[in-house]
Amino acid sequence: MDEMKTDVLEYVKDEYVDDEDEEVTFDTPLISSGLVDSFSMVSLKTFIEKKYSLKLSDEEATPQAFDTVNSIVELVRKHTG
Amino acid sequence: MAYSDAVRAEFAGEIEGIREKGLYKEKRFIWSSQGAEIDVEFPEGAGHAKALNFCANNYLGLSSHPDVIAAAHETLDDRGYGMSSVRFICGTQDIHRELQDRVSEFLGMEATLLFPSCMDANAGVFEAVLGADDVIIADRLIHASLVDGIRLCSAQYDTFKHMDMKHLRKKLELHSDKRRTLVVTDGVFSMDGDLAPIDEMCDLCDEYGAMLLVDDSHASGFIGPKGRGTHEHFGVMDRVDIITTTFGKALGGASGGCVSGRRELVELCRQKARPYLFSNSLAPVIVGATIRVIELLSSSTERRDKLEKNTAYFREQITAAGLNIREGETPIVPVMLYNAKLANDMARDMYAEGIYVIGFFFPVVPAGQARIRVQLSAAHEKEHIDKCVEAFRKVGEKYGILGLDKKGIVDKYGL
Repeated sequence: MDEMKTDVLEYVKDEYVDDEDEEVTFDTPLISSGLVDSFSMVSLKTFIEKKYSLKLSDEEATPQAFDTVNSIVELVRKHTG
Repeated sequence: MAYSDAVRAEFAGEIEGIREKGLYKEKRFIWSSQGAEIDVEFPEGAGHAKALNFCANNYLGLSSHPDVIAAAHETLDDRGYGMSSVRFICGTQDIHRELQDRVSEFLGMEATLLFPSCMDANAGVFEAVLGADDVIIADRLIHASLVDGIRLCSAQYDTFKHMDMKHLRKKLELHSDKRRTLVVTDGVFSMDGDLAPIDEMCDLCDEYGAMLLVDDSHASGFIGPKGRGTHEHFGVMDRVDIITTTFGKALGGASGGCVSGRRELVELCRQKARPYLFSNSLAPVIVGATIRVIELLSSSTERRDKLEKNTAYFREQITAAGLNIREGETPIVPVMLYNAKLANDMARDMYAEGIYVIGFFFPVVPAGQARIRVQLSAAHEKEHIDKCVEAFRKVGEKYGILGLDKKGIVDKYGL
């Protein structure tokens, strides 16, 4: 199991999901589904920046790039190599 | 020609896209003054139809109150129509000062500054009092105008789960390294009608040395025993640092808003808030009429008491009729339908029954939480409410949702 993916998924569940029965996977749309709104996305961005010691520009941290755990991890890997 | 046919087609395509997503806002025209009974032209070009209005922010029924209209006439005759200036050049009359003092007294705050709208107050207050070393921690469901204001400000920001005090505590802890912290919430949330636990928020703010801002637009005038707002309701009138509110809802319903709060913070808004500095003064006629509104509400709680009674009666009757509502005590009553098309179809059928209500769905409310929002008013009489409930019963029966809970409606119509 990919540790980075698991960590991001855990954060998303803890931060945004109220209904414990709601299934969220690596591919679940977060922003486009309305699970995470663009205003609240900031918590996730801050978490990523702190956890992986990087700085994401507004051009990079788009709703599209943050739409699934997989796409977020892809973005992080561009920075961390 | 810069605005070529191709450019025109691109914009038209964008509008068509809005329509295809079901998000197009139709035009509706009201041919009467605002009130419980109105004449509506809808769709555009159709004849007028009488309708009972259950979707206005006219909570206290003051939009067309004779005393308020008389005060507007008097001020128009006495002080003229417009100021043709921003406040700080030559746009401040003595009545602007008087209204600010009256609002401060009514809300129990140290000072008040008028803005052209509460949208402007919210757009200006954050940048005026906070900087890059500060943090704003906001409830996730705050009004769009607060979101815009926060985004215009250089302070960092974060959010907490809707009305979740444990989560707010976690965020206060997380940001305890920042210079200043401002917690932001609506007093009454406009889509759900729920009351933010301002008392608990005050305690948390005290514990972490944070300030608290409450947008009380859907509360000022009627929430609390004397209608002063959510801070009165929760018994914390001296503990909220900033209140923003509007005169465009319960307080007469014309337009205008304000920032009311700690003297220094209000003074900073006067010096720095761009919507205040670069926008015209509130028109004298609105200022004079709003002063009269505050006088009316300070001398009697009759109207907020009637609204409270109407709200309790509607909530009881609509539940008995088998509709599924969000529990609560405010005059904003969401009739939950979950499915967007169902909300839209039922609102249309309600209009055919002579009840003017609107369906709300994503992105205005979270996905899968479509509803018809009903707003009660002190202008409603018992027979108005009975007619509205009967229409909901009839339309609800047509769609087979009476007595169904969330699961029942979702099983039938999907999300």
